[in-house]
Formats: sequence, C-alpha cells, structure tokens
Amino acid sequence: MAVITYRQALHDTLREEMLVDEDVFLIGEEIGVFEGSYKITAGLLDEFGEKRVRDTPIAEEGFVGAAVGAAMLGLRPVAELMTINFSLIALDQIVNHAAKIYGMFGGQCSVPMVMRTPGGGGQQLGATHSQNIELYYAFVPGLKVVAPSTPADARSLLLASIRDNDPVLFLENLSLYNTKGEVPEQAEQVEIGKAAVTRPGSDVTIIGYSRMATVAQQVAEKLADEEGISAEVVDLRSLRPLDRDTLVQSVRKTGCAVIAEDDWLTYGIGAEVAASLSDGAFDYLDVPVRRVAAAEVPLPYAKPLERAALPSADSLTTAVRETLDAVGRRR
Amino acid sequence: MAETATRSKSASSSGSSKTRRAGTRSGGNRSQRRASEVFPGESPQTLCDYYRQMALIRRFEERAAQGYTQAKIGGYCHLNLGEEATVVGLMSTLRSDDYLFTNYREHGYAIAKGIEPGRVMAELYGRSTGTSKGWGGSMHMFDVESGLLGGYGIVGGQVPLATGAALAIDYRSGDQVVMCQMGDGTTNIGSFHESLNIAALWNLPVVFVVVNNHLGMGTTVDKSSAESELYKRAVAYRMHGERVDGNDVVAVREASSRLVERARETGQPAMLETVSHRLKGHSVVDPGKYRSQESVEAAREADPVAAFRAQLISAEVLDEDGAVEIERQAEASADAAVAFADDSPHPNPETLFDYTYATPVANDSRRLPADPVF
Ligand SMILES: Cc1ncc(C[n+]2csc(CCOP(=O)(O)OP(=O)(O)O)c2C)c(N)n1
Ligand SMILES: [Mg+2]
Repeated sequence: MAVITYRQALHDTLREEMLVDEDVFLIGEEIGVFEGSYKITAGLLDEFGEKRVRDTPIAEEGFVGAAVGAAMLGLRPVAELMTINFSLIALDQIVNHAAKIYGMFGGQCSVPMVMRTPGGGGQQLGATHSQNIELYYAFVPGLKVVAPSTPADARSLLLASIRDNDPVLFLENLSLYNTKGEVPEQAEQVEIGKAAVTRPGSDVTIIGYSRMATVAQQVAEKLADEEGISAEVVDLRSLRPLDRDTLVQSVRKTGCAVIAEDDWLTYGIGAEVAASLSDGAFDYLDVPVRRVAAAEVPLPYAKPLERAALPSADSLTTAVRETLDAVGRRR
Repeated sequence: MAETATRSKSASSSGSSKTRRAGTRSGGNRSQRRASEVFPGESPQTLCDYYRQMALIRRFEERAAQGYTQAKIGGYCHLNLGEEATVVGLMSTLRSDDYLFTNYREHGYAIAKGIEPGRVMAELYGRSTGTSKGWGGSMHMFDVESGLLGGYGIVGGQVPLATGAALAIDYRSGDQVVMCQMGDGTTNIGSFHESLNIAALWNLPVVFVVVNNHLGMGTTVDKSSAESELYKRAVAYRMHGERVDGNDVVAVREASSRLVERARETGQPAMLETVSHRLKGHSVVDPGKYRSQESVEAAREADPVAAFRAQLISAEVLDEDGAVEIERQAEASADAAVAFADDSPHPNPETLFDYTYATPVANDSRRLPADPVF
C-alpha cells in the first residue's frame, strides 16, 4: 500500500495500461513534449514515443472526433481535454457522435474511449476556465461519467474506464491533483455506476462527488470530533449511471440529507440526487433535502468574490448543522 | 476535342477549373464512335456494370421517394438523384475492406459499397432487417462487413471520425484507405478544417470527397464559400486537391482511384471535389422553390444517368434493348427491395435498452416513461 497523489495515480495507471495493451494510446493538446498541462502524462512521450502519445493541434473537435473514429476501429484512445471548459468545442463529437454510435447503428460498433478532463474553480481563472459542467455529459445516455475523488478511486476507475467498451468522460479536478491517499498495489476493481459509502454514520447523509466528496469527508470528520455528530458520507463516484440505491438506502437510515456539489444548483447534479431521494426516501425524510452548490454567476476572478461564490467546508458545515437543527438532532 | 472527353480532370494547379458539362445526349448528330475511342481502355462489362449500378440507384431513390409519400418512411429522406455517376465512380475505387464515412445522403453509397438494396430500404422503413436494425433511419446507415462506417446526420460530423479511422489504420500499419464523403456546404464547418489539418499533419490515408452539388439546402456555393472553387481549400493544408466532373462516372473513377491508391501507398490524404447537380429538392419534402430556372434546367440537362446511357449507346457498348433490359432489372431490384422492407418485421420494443452501452454497467436505467423511479 503506497501513499501517492491523485496525479501520480493517474499517471501510473495510464502507463501500466499502455504497457499491457498496445491499443491504448494518448491523444490531446500538450500531453507529449509539454508533458501535460497538469503533468499527468509526464515522461510518457519519452517512454512510448509519438505514436502512443500524440500531441495534437488546438482542435478539440478534430482530435476528440479522431479519437472516436480510432475507437470505432478498436483502438482504445485516452483523450485529454485540457480542462472541461474546452470540451464544449468538442461537444458535437462527444454528444452527437461518441454517445450515439453504438445505439444509432443498432449495436454494430462500440466506442471504447476515455475523455479525461479536469473541472473546478477556485484557482482565480475567471469565468470561462473554472466551470463544473459535467452535468452536460451526465445527462446523455450512451456516455458514462465518472468523477473519482481519491487517488485509489482515480486509479481503479481509470482502469475500469480504459477497459470499458463505451465512451467514458473521466472527470478530474484541479484541486485534487496534489491530494494524497493510499492506493493498494493490486488495484481494487471499482465498478462504474457504483457509489461508495466512504464514512458510515447515523445522523445525516452528506452526498458529494469529486472535490466536494473530499470536502464532505473532512466536514464529517470535524463534526464528529468537535460536535459528536455522526454523518454518513456518500461519494457518488459515477454520475452516469447514478447509483440511486446507495443514496436512498443511506437516507432511509439517517432521515436527512445534504448534497454538496461544485456545480450550479439549478438543474445541477444535486437536483437529480434530490429528486431521487424524493422518489426513493420520501417517507423517511425528516426535513427537506438541502443542497450546497456554487452561486449562480459566471465565476468572478477577484479572490473574495470567487471565494464567496464557491461551496466550501464552511458552507457545507453550516448546511449540515442547520439540517440537524431542523430535526432536533444536535445537542 | 471530342465532347466525350469531358472525363478530363482538373488538377489543383489548374486555374480555370470550370467543370465541363457531361456527355451530351444529342449524340445523334455526330457519327458514332467505337467504345475504344470514347472509353479508351474500358471493358464493356465494366461500363455496363456502372450503368447497371447507376440505374439501380436511380430506381431505388425513386422508390424511396414513393415510400416517403406513402408514409412508409419517416424522418428526413435525402436522395442521391443526380449524383449517381459520382456515387458509382467513387465506390468502384474502394476495396471491400476500405472504410467509408458519409453524410446523410447515402442510400446510393450504401448500395454501391455492397449492401443489399433490401437492407437499405428496410432501414428506411425502420425495420429490424435494416442496415442499422431500424435504429438509424435514412441518415444513419451502417454496415461493418461492407465497410460503411456510417452515414451521419450532423453536417461535418463524419469528418473527424473518418480522420480517426485513418489514424487507426496508420497505427496498425494497415493498407486500407478511408473515404470521407461530404457535401459542398460542409466545407464551411469547423470540423472540416480541423480534420484536414490533422490528416495532412499526420499523413493519414484518407480521401476527403466533397460532392459539390451547388447547394447546401437552399444556399448556393457562391453564397456560402468565400473560395467557391472548393478543391483549392486543400492548399491551406498542403494537401493535394483536385476537381472532377461528377456527372462522368469514368472520370470520377479515374480521379478517385488515383487518390485512393496514392493514399494507400504513401499514406497521404487528398481532397477530391466532384461537381454535379441535385436533381430534386434537398430532401423528399423540399419543393426547391428557391432554385433558379437555369439551375433546374442545368441539372436536368446534365442528368448523369441519361447522359451515360446515351454515351454507351452511341459508343455501341449497349444497344437500346440492352439498356432497357438493365433498366428493367434495376426496377425489379428496387421493387424487390421495397417488398423485402415491407415484409420485414418492425423492431420489438423489448429491445429498447439493448444498445445503450456495449459494456453492461451497474445501475443503468431501464425505466419507461411512466415507470416510477422507485
Ligand atoms: C451541424 C448541422 N447544421 C445544420 C444542419 C442542417 N442541414 C442538413 S443538410 C444541410 C446542408 C448541407 O449541405 P451540403 O454539405 O452541401 O450537403 P448536401 O445536402 O448538398 O448533400 C444543413 C444545413 C445539420 N444537419 N447539421
Ligand atoms: Mg450540397
């Protein structure tokens, strides 16, 4: 069991899969000579050469589409989109092509590809470079969307994604790359489509994914230490398919839920989670489901504004406390 | 120069590349010439086979239009009427293991690439025997065996995909070639530029064919393309580009074969612009009111099926009876395709969730609209 960063986990997994499967290759902007905008692919060009680590022009639609075409012929491209914001340029190839080819042609041709891309704000990158728009992809049948929050999940879900025969959007987060965690030598197979209860508890369920799943974990630990609150944490891990059963089971037990998401509240991932809780745990809820999400503005650059707009451990803590107050579960 | 020499190609370097009109139908005034003069080096069988395929596509498309008006066919339905010479010329140059990506105007390509007309018609009819089992419809034909890797309804959608398929061939050092068909209007969309640049940069074996039928829906090439001699766009990518008379099946075959084999041998991509006319509306329901009288007449006059027929007869490759016999067979095949489609079963609604994912996944929703979530 080694403790490594989320970045290292991604890097090592890509490398291992490239070693075992000739059909796996990397494609994207600045992934080779520049070693990746966030250095996930560092050293891989030297090791595997230009055929397996393919630097592309600034042409998201062109190279994502080329990856789809190559996948149609059985290769397993792992495309890196510098950030999820730029995936919008490739939206047509992702939504109208990658997601449709298997079904639209009656199951004759699958598209085994991965699109790795980081989302996330908080780095003062301004409105166009700080978005959490994974919802756009999680909305689309035919795509699979995973959003691991820990190095261990990053490793196992990346393995699962590369070996999967469908197009997978693999969501990373700028603020997770340097986080550390234990990664077992022998990667545990994490199934796509399964959430995880990452901390058991009985007072309240906190549901998050990607960065906010780690924030939820921290908040739960702090509330336990300081206030004796027993919060259960559920990490969605997959946004499509959504593991409603795990969510509902947890909330049937705790009777209240707080959803933590980095995206915008209206129509966001949390809205779907809340609707699912209404579908599956309505009679068990002691208090309305609470959502902690980003303020609905184009994210400003100035630090105080940016900080005010994004969900944080503090805002989540407040929401959890208020939820528990409403049911009289805090001392 | 004889009128029949319209098969001449204009290379990318040629400045004035006006397409010459395809072979005249008024061959009667001229003395008849032998096949060897008119079609040097062509075997009569090959020429007759081209005519057979062109006549079949013509009849097939006419049946498709009928099926559409009878509401047997739904959705959009775009026909290859007026593009038969282009379709047959292009397809005659691909091996069965070469790959083809097209736009939504692809019925003829599907047939000429080797798919049974009945399966093509069945797809139009939305039947489970169709090329895409009824999941695709007119715009989305697909067949692994014959190498048709999709008709695509999104303008420009097929261009990055074709480039990627060529990348996969190159990756595996294969000797197949990808052909990527598109319309004139498609050269103005971003994916066209991104893909041609990538294909040239990486030396990928793909031939981009721009079927210039003068119109993208109701918009003329002059109104949509700042450089209306479309093949010249290849220059921006240091790619070879050329233009050919799309009404001349042998000329299209010659140009396409040269570029396909060049791609096969050297891995170099190329762009081929074929120039022809759309005989009817953009789709079956489009009356084409926006079209000038001249445009409609030019299209009718250039009708490649009629022109080729006249040429074959004038060159004594075929006589009138032979031509009529080919047409009769074409009609019979088209009718058989309709009958096959009509007799084929509709897809079973139970199969609705069969093709969402190739790898089964936990918690995949199989909910019908009225089903509760829990
Ligand atoms: C991205 C996109 N925009 C618009 C359309 C609607 N549309 C369908 S066909 C067409 C014209 C395309 O013209 P061209 O490329 O010349 O092909 P042709 O129909 O002449 O074969 C348009 C605008 C579309 N299908 N996709
Ligand atoms: Mg056109």
